[in-house]
Amino acid sequence: MNLRKLLLIALKDLRLIFRDPTGLVIMLLAPFALTLGMGALSGRFSGSTQLGISQISVAIVNQDSGELGQALEDVFTSRELNELIAADILTDPAAARALVDEDQIAAAIIVPEGFTASIFSPESGGDVPVVEFYENPTRPTSTGIARSILESFLNQVEIGRVSGTLIVSQLLASGALQPQQAAALGAEVGREVVGSTEDSPSIKLNANTVEGSGAKFDLLAYIAPGMAMFFLMYTVTMGGRSLLVESRTGTLARMLISPTNPGFVLGGKGFGIFLTSAAQLLILIGGTSLLFRLSWGDGTAVALLILAAAFGASGWGILMAAVLKTPGQVAITGSAIALLFGIIGGSFFDLHMLPEWVRTIAKVTPNSWANEGFRILSMGGKLAAIQPHLTALMSMGALLYALGTILISRRGLVRK
Amino acid sequence: MSAVLEVHNLVKKYGENTAVNDVSFDIQEGEIFSLLGPNGAGKTTTISILSTLLSPTAGDATIFGHSVTRDPMEVKRLIGVVPQEIALYDDMSALENLNFWGEMYGLSGGALKTRVKELLEQIGLADRAKERIKTYSGGMKRRVNIAVGLMHQPRLLFMDEPTVGIDPQSRRAILDSVKSLNAAGMTILYTTHYMEEAQELSDRVGIIDHGKLIALGTQSELTAKVGEMDTLILHLAEDEDSGHLAQALKTLSGVLQANPSDHTVALVTPVAEELLAPVVSRANELGIKIQSVDMREPNLEAVFLHLTGRALRD
Repeated sequence: MNLRKLLLIALKDLRLIFRDPTGLVIMLLAPFALTLGMGALSGRFSGSTQLGISQISVAIVNQDSGELGQALEDVFTSRELNELIAADILTDPAAARALVDEDQIAAAIIVPEGFTASIFSPESGGDVPVVEFYENPTRPTSTGIARSILESFLNQVEIGRVSGTLIVSQLLASGALQPQQAAALGAEVGREVVGSTEDSPSIKLNANTVEGSGAKFDLLAYIAPGMAMFFLMYTVTMGGRSLLVESRTGTLARMLISPTNPGFVLGGKGFGIFLTSAAQLLILIGGTSLLFRLSWGDGTAVALLILAAAFGASGWGILMAAVLKTPGQVAITGSAIALLFGIIGGSFFDLHMLPEWVRTIAKVTPNSWANEGFRILSMGGKLAAIQPHLTALMSMGALLYALGTILISRRGLVRK
Repeated sequence: MSAVLEVHNLVKKYGENTAVNDVSFDIQEGEIFSLLGPNGAGKTTTISILSTLLSPTAGDATIFGHSVTRDPMEVKRLIGVVPQEIALYDDMSALENLNFWGEMYGLSGGALKTRVKELLEQIGLADRAKERIKTYSGGMKRRVNIAVGLMHQPRLLFMDEPTVGIDPQSRRAILDSVKSLNAAGMTILYTTHYMEEAQELSDRVGIIDHGKLIALGTQSELTAKVGEMDTLILHLAEDEDSGHLAQALKTLSGVLQANPSDHTVALVTPVAEELLAPVVSRANELGIKIQSVDMREPNLEAVFLHLTGRALRD
C-alpha cells in the first residue's frame, strides 16, 4: 500500500511538472532549440549529408610494432572516417607535436613502443604505456571528436585486456590451466576480444544518415547530450524546489497526515524527481532521434544510461531541498549549479580543454559522466564501455539521496 | 457520551518559546468543541500535534484510545484534517485533487469514484469538477479543502480556522456545513479566532492564549465567569493615546478593568450605562476624542477580555 502511494506521489509530481508551461520551456523547448541552433551553426542542417565539421587533421605516430598500433592507424584512416578525419602517418613524435603547436593540425596521437605487447602480455603487470593525445586548444570541437574516436578504441582494448586477465585467473584458480600456459592464453583471449572490433567495431560511428549510405560522425550526437544534461539539472532543481513549495503550501503536511509512512512520502517526492528527469531525457533523446535523425547508439545501453543519469542528477535535487531553506534559494542555487556543472561537466565544450584539476572536480557532476557515456554510445560503443559511467552515476545518486534523506529528516521537514 | 479525544498535559517547546503549555482537555463523541484564541495562541500547534504532524515535547493525547505519539498511523486513519491553508494542487482539477487525496487515504476503484462524486455534489462543485483549482474563487477552494478532509469519512474532524480570508457568503456555507456534519454524527474540533463562530457552533469552548488553556466549558459556564459584567469598547482616533486614557479611567468608580489596545480601550463594568457620562467627561478633560462606543453584554469575547485583559483580536 505504501509503495502504491509512493508511486502515486511521484506520478502526481510528473503530471504537475508537465503542466507547468515554464517547466516545459526549460525542460524540453530550450534544449531542443539550443541543440537545433548549435547544429545549424555547425552546418548540420545545411541540406547535405556532409558533416558540419570535416577533414579534422590528425597526425598519427605509430611507434608500436604490434597489431594494436596498426589497428589504431587503420581506424583513423578507414573509409568510414575519411570525410571526417584527415589522418597523416608520421614517424617523429616531436614533428607531430610541432604541427599541433603551429596550429596546422587538430591533434597528434602517439602510440608508444611496446603498446601491443604490454596489453597482451600478463607479465607486464598492468603497466601499460600510455597513448599520447596531444591536442590543439584552439580547436576544441575537432580535438573532442578525435579524442572520442581514440577513447572508444582504447575502451575496446581495455575490455580485451581485462577479459583475458579474468579468464586466465579463473582457469588458474580452478586448476584447468597451468601457469606456463597462462601467458599464451591471455594474449589469445585479449586478441579475440579486441579483434572483434573488426566485425562489430566499437568505432562503428553513426550509420543512420539521411540516405542510409555509409557511416558518418554526427556532430549533433556531440551537442545534444550536453544540452540534455545541462537542462536536466534545471529539472532536478525544480523537483527539489517542489518539496519546499509543498512544505509551504501545506500539501506536504497533508500527505504526512494521511495514513502514509513519512519515509514513503519523502520517497515519493524523490522518485518523482527521478521520474521527471528520466522522462525529460527520454523525450529529448527520442525527439532528437526523430527530428534530427540522430543515432544515440545501442538502445539498451542508452536506456540504462538515461536511468543512471536521471538518478545521479536527481540526487542533487534532493540534496538542494535538504540543505536550502526556501524555494527561491533552491531556484537560484540550482540555476548556478546547473550552469557550473554545465561548464565543468563538458556540456558546452570539451572537458579535455580544461585543466586537470578542473577535470578531477568535474567527476562530481552527473554531466561529465553522462556526457561522456552518451558520446561513447553515439560513437558505437557498447554497454561494457560505459560501465564506469553507469557505476559512477548510480553511486552518486545513492550517496546524494541517502545524504539528502538524512538531512531532511534532521531538519524536521517530514516530522518535527 | 464517551470521550473520543483526551489531551493530557500537552507541551510543545521551540527552544525557549513554549507554543503549547500544559494543555489538557477532552472531546466527547458527537460534540463540536472549539478552541478559541487569538492568532499565535497555540491552536494550530495543538491541532498539528493531535494530527501527528508534530511531536509533543511532553504529554500525550489519545484518539479513540490510540496514542498520537505511540500509534500515529492508527490515529491518522481515524481523523480527518482541514488545514488552515488551502492544501491543494492548483494545477490539478477538483476531481484530480479529490482522487489523489482519496488514494492517499487508501480509497480506490469504485469506492473512490463514488465517494468523490458524493463529495463534489455535497460541496456544489460537480459541474466544475474538471476545472483547475487555480480558476476557483477563495470560497470554492475552501470547500474543496474541506471535502479532502472528509474523503475517508472520519469520525473525528479537525478544522483549523476554515473560514479565514473568505467572503461572508462562503463563510456562512462553511458554518452550515459544519453543523450538518455534526448533525450526521461527526465529532468536530474547530479552531477559530472569531468569537461569533465559536458561539454559533460550539457545544463547549476552550479558550487558549499564549499556549495555555485558560478556560474551558460550555458557553453559559464561561460567561458566568464574568458574572453580570458588561464591556464598553471605546473607539479612539488613530493618533490618540489609548494607554493614557485607560490609566485615567481605571480610577473611575465602577470600572473593574480598563484595557488599552490599538485605538481602543475596553472597560469591564457592572454599570455600563451609568458609566458612559463620566467616561466621556474624563476623556474630554484629557483632550482625547472618543469616536464611538460599543456596549457588549457578557459573551466569549468578554470572557477572554476578563481573563487576559486583552481583546480577542489584539
